[in-house]
Amino acid sequence: MAAEAEAVKAAGPAIDPMKQFTVERLFGEGAIHWYTPTNATLWMGITILAIIALMVLGTRRRAIVPNATQSVAELAYGFVYQMVKDVVGKDGLKYFPYIMTLFTFIVFTNFLGLLPTSFSVTSQIAVTVTLALMVFISVTVIGFYLHGLKFLGLFWVKQAPLALRPVLAVIEVISYFVRPVSHSIRLAGNVMAGHAVIKVFASFAASILIAPFAIIGIIGIFGLDVLVSFIQAYVFTILTCVYLKDALHPSH
Amino acid sequence: MEGDIVTMGKFIGAGLATIGMGGAAIGVGTIVGNFLSGALRNPAAAASQTAMLFIGIAFAEAFGIFSFLVALLLMFAV
Repeated sequence: MAAEAEAVKAAGPAIDPMKQFTVERLFGEGAIHWYTPTNATLWMGITILAIIALMVLGTRRRAIVPNATQSVAELAYGFVYQMVKDVVGKDGLKYFPYIMTLFTFIVFTNFLGLLPTSFSVTSQIAVTVTLALMVFISVTVIGFYLHGLKFLGLFWVKQAPLALRPVLAVIEVISYFVRPVSHSIRLAGNVMAGHAVIKVFASFAASILIAPFAIIGIIGIFGLDVLVSFIQAYVFTILTCVYLKDALHPSH
Repeated sequence: MEGDIVTMGKFIGAGLATIGMGGAAIGVGTIVGNFLSGALRNPAAAASQTAMLFIGIAFAEAFGIFSFLVALLLMFAV
């Protein structure tokens, strides 16, 4: 297998587009344990600091006429608040702090990952699976806690004809358990694909003939990536809201 | 040309897996096109449905991402 990998490496582009996603130790050499500080740890810490800087320092003065930082913080708060209110309803506002945390964390990791030579934490499937499983487990627990066994009515579609209901129930159960899979892989896959495409275009720039086109391509793809970073955070958050709505109002 | 038949199969499989992205492109195009034709008929109701638009795009796009994942698995994990 080693010789094979060497052959693949020799045939591939000069810049390995997947190298940027390797988790490395910050200090020294050796194996990575769960407590080892890695580049993922570093960038998660920077994310938290950036969120604190925006939310705490930005809104500390509470001016009537907000400055730029305060209005960004207020805009983010209002955006998520309105989303929870529209999708889940008024009784979902209890869970607003958790959804706001998810949204700000994903937006900040995505945007910080776009900086050159940085590390995008959300490209790691381990991170996104953790986020998606937390949503999945808490939504299931909330559903059973609020409705008891009536929560299973989510899988029993009352509008359908009686003969179809068992078939639909099987499909609904499968789609319920596929939710965390697609929820996590969508975010990680989008971020990973965007960054890998930038690296592939960067490797084209080595040739002087196509370098100008490669640089224009990088700029275009980067713009697209900024858009995708925000949209994926939005989609992750709004899907969390949709799942939460199912748990709060399980009857179809 | 060097290498063995396993490497060749990996490359061909990864290339074939990218066809799935075309399906995702068709899905996203259908959703956005239908949204736009509906929005131009009734612009007042369009703003309230953008959330549904993005949910639909996300579901359609997930399957393109799955095919990308299959390509990655073939290239780097198998």
